[in-house]
Amino acid sequence: MADRPGEFSSLLFVDAAGRSCAEDHADRAFVSDLHLDQIVDAVAGDREECDLLTGLFYQRVLDIGTLQYRHEVFRDLEDPGLFEMAERFAEQMRQVRSHLFQLQKMQARQQREGWFLDAAAIYCEAVRSLASSLASWPITSRGLLAFRDFLASYVASAEFAGLASDTAARKADLAQVMYQIRIKGLRVEVSRYHGEADYTAEIEKTFERFQQGAVKDYRIKYRGSPGMSHVGAQIIDLVARLFSEEFSALADYCRRYAAFLDPAVRQFERDLQFYLAYLDYIKPMRSAGLSFCLPELTADSKEIFASDTFDLALAAKLVPRGAPVVCNEFHLSDPERIVVISGPNQGGKTTFARTFGQLHHLASTGCPVPGSAARLFLADQILAHFEREEDIANLSGKLEDDLIRIQKILLTSTPSSIVIMNEIFTSTTLSDARFLGGKVLEKVIELDLLCVYVTFIDELASLGPSVVSMASTIVPDNPAERTYKVVRKPADGLAYALALAGKRRVTYGQLKGRILT
Amino acid sequence: MKAYLLYPQQDFDSAGDLPPNHGDLIQDLELNTLLGAMALGDKFLFDVARKVMLRSLCDPEVILYRQRVLADCIAEPDIIREMYAIAVGALQDKRGLWGYSSPYPASILSGAVRQLEVFIVRLRELRQVADSHSGRFRSAGLTTLFRALQQELDDDYFETLDRHLKQLRFRSGELMSVQLDRDNSGIGYVLRSGDARRGWKERVGIGPRTSYSFTVPPRDEAGAEALSEMTNRGINLVANATAQSADHVSSYFTMLRAELGFYVSCLNLHDQLVARSPVTFPVPSAVGTQELCCADLRDACLALRIDGVVGNDVDADGKSLVIITGANSGGKSTFLRSAGLAQLMMQCGMFVAAGSFRASVCKGVFTHFIREEDASMISGRLDEELGRMSDIADQISPHCLMLFNESFAATNEREGSEIGRQVARALLEAGIRVLFVTHQFDFADSFHRGQAYSTLFLRAPRQPDGQRNFKLAVAEPLPTSYGVDLYYRIGGWMGEHESETQATPGSFPAT
Repeated sequence: MADRPGEFSSLLFVDAAGRSCAEDHADRAFVSDLHLDQIVDAVAGDREECDLLTGLFYQRVLDIGTLQYRHEVFRDLEDPGLFEMAERFAEQMRQVRSHLFQLQKMQARQQREGWFLDAAAIYCEAVRSLASSLASWPITSRGLLAFRDFLASYVASAEFAGLASDTAARKADLAQVMYQIRIKGLRVEVSRYHGEADYTAEIEKTFERFQQGAVKDYRIKYRGSPGMSHVGAQIIDLVARLFSEEFSALADYCRRYAAFLDPAVRQFERDLQFYLAYLDYIKPMRSAGLSFCLPELTADSKEIFASDTFDLALAAKLVPRGAPVVCNEFHLSDPERIVVISGPNQGGKTTFARTFGQLHHLASTGCPVPGSAARLFLADQILAHFEREEDIANLSGKLEDDLIRIQKILLTSTPSSIVIMNEIFTSTTLSDARFLGGKVLEKVIELDLLCVYVTFIDELASLGPSVVSMASTIVPDNPAERTYKVVRKPADGLAYALALAGKRRVTYGQLKGRILT
Repeated sequence: MKAYLLYPQQDFDSAGDLPPNHGDLIQDLELNTLLGAMALGDKFLFDVARKVMLRSLCDPEVILYRQRVLADCIAEPDIIREMYAIAVGALQDKRGLWGYSSPYPASILSGAVRQLEVFIVRLRELRQVADSHSGRFRSAGLTTLFRALQQELDDDYFETLDRHLKQLRFRSGELMSVQLDRDNSGIGYVLRSGDARRGWKERVGIGPRTSYSFTVPPRDEAGAEALSEMTNRGINLVANATAQSADHVSSYFTMLRAELGFYVSCLNLHDQLVARSPVTFPVPSAVGTQELCCADLRDACLALRIDGVVGNDVDADGKSLVIITGANSGGKSTFLRSAGLAQLMMQCGMFVAAGSFRASVCKGVFTHFIREEDASMISGRLDEELGRMSDIADQISPHCLMLFNESFAATNEREGSEIGRQVARALLEAGIRVLFVTHQFDFADSFHRGQAYSTLFLRAPRQPDGQRNFKLAVAEPLPTSYGVDLYYRIGGWMGEHESETQATPGSFPAT
């Protein structure tokens, strides 16, 4: 039996140095435009490690080696048995941590000690069962293999064995304790319990003869423990004197095992949250038949593609309702760089633009991305501009805001950046919009940027060989119905706005009939 | 006992529904800025102001009823604030004492008693105010309230109350067995009968002690409550009649606080606004007239936020449609908001931020403003706009006021104009007044050509030096906008600003 276990550093980074150098300096302005905030909120939202996870999911890692390290772990966790095991472990560890956090606020020593003991009991059970399950599991990722080795040596150590047996002994002691209290006015008497009869039962028996049919229940519903007040603390202190053996053994135990939580186990469990949270999030979508894949990553070629891909935030909303999710694909071959999307409104143009941005962001976290196969570009920045709400706080005017933001984006982007723009310049005239949209693409072409540009202005879709025209499509017989398919085709100048108005029943004739006079 | 400060002979129903479009109104007219100024950080005032403001009055008589009460309040703000403080105090005391969610039956009873004691103190204070200041007010609302306080809260009544409160007591002592929960706190309380018998050795002090005791200090309220909880864990108390009486008095204070609260929030706003903008009581005309005439009308929200807000003078009497065009950043949206805000302020009985304001009372104010893309993503932008228009069509009726801000712009100009035309025509023909801010020349121009007599055209001008003065002028729409200028003014991004930008006064020429 070894005294000390071996070493383990991280499930997220190849070595400890990776964690410290992958800092997040990026501007997160694009996250709400791309609905990444919705994704990250849903992934991290109600988890205990919400802040840590939020940071990790926004942190773009630009080192392909680190991303591959994560890909391996994701591949292992594809095994449902291993995944379930990991989730159970994470849940137990969450309980341990929440216990340890709560006991900081507890006033009474005996209460802290009881809660501490309970935390240790959960911890021992969690560690032991994970170690025994992992031992025989076929895993291949470098991260999990290293942890398995570490865990085996930890469980075999004298340190852990002592903790486990002492924990069980203290638990058994306390389960035997039973005392009684008498409250009279403000005076409280505490004694050992000597077997007095259940008084409530006596009362019930006494009044049994009066029982009639159903009556309203006026009892206050008490559930569980009332927690511990300072009076409760005084009482437990006296109980500890009455049961001095049990409680002094407990106090010794707490001193001895004050730092029972192994830092490497803790590190593993925090890192594991990253994988579990994301896999949990995409699980219902996979069950609904949508594909996810680990993308091929490139930092030099801009020849990218994705098949059967979709907007993850949207799918997360549609799937629970049983609504269908429309998949799209894109591919760019040199010299193509810019996707200009036009076509009918409500046809999925914005969704397509978002999908493009989401894929590239997710790829830089090492997570599986929506799609059956993909090759994606590891961009230095993802910059987005979607139309914003007019805000009274900014008095300089909407168009000027738009232009200043776009100017900032275009002047900060490098040839390795990705730019996504959606429906800008709608608050100005057609001729202005045409002029300004042209200026934007002129700059994008000059910088050789990967870019998705959603526009109403058809002319922008044919500006040169680096521009690919894609368009949302319609059902020919019913222009108001949308397919949400965006495909490669020339801009056709059709915007089916009036058909849409008809569908919403707000054309002149329909409104005349609707407004009651 | 009633307050009746918001309606003659009618309570304010604080649980009533807001109009279905209230979310749009709050968002589009930036109402939270106004409500924030009314509330001064007080959540309750915010809520009352919000409810009163959004449930517009349609009867000019009731509007004037409130205007008169408010005029009294502005003349004697200290008295109104004092009465409000009494109502607030009563309810604060109540919260400090006792809540319905108490899981301790014994404390429900004692709490109810204490609550009634406190309420009686506050009722005496109200009587005192009425005795000292009756005769200072002229409005029907306030004179009626003062009379009621003096007549119904007479001395005999207070004596009767005091007598009842002296009779309520509760005591109990219990023996219970207890076990240890996972955190060593007590659990599994079971009421036990009889005493534990101590052995003779212990009684004479030579055996191990089997019992300890202590007494919770009399001033330790939390300790007493903890004991009460433990005690009550075994028993079921059946005491709630006292609580119901306390409820009735509490309701009176709740009503008084809400109705006075509205006027206090108006006083708060008045204090802030009067230094920054002209303030006047508006003149409401009956539903169905076609009046809208104002001088120096300001956006009250904007005036609260920044200095030097410019007012507009508009005479739209007899005009069913007002189209506002012109320069970006030229004050179009601000004017639209100022008109909507003034209408809502007028129709809740308040003053407005203007030199003068006279308008027809409308059956409802509706807004359709350009919005950030629908966060639920299910719709595209134009469809989202059309969907909102469709919701409005479900609610709107003749004699309403409809405000459009850059609506139907999520498609190209030709189609956006066509949708706008169809919608506006249908609304106008249904007797709805429309104010429409647009940059779509095609839309504006078609009304200019076809319906100039019933339409007022306002235009946000641009000064020759490129500065905007935010004051609208009566002027027909122009077929240009300023995007190209703006591009060069901010310096563009293609590096062409050095050669193409014209130096504007006040800026240094590029070198």
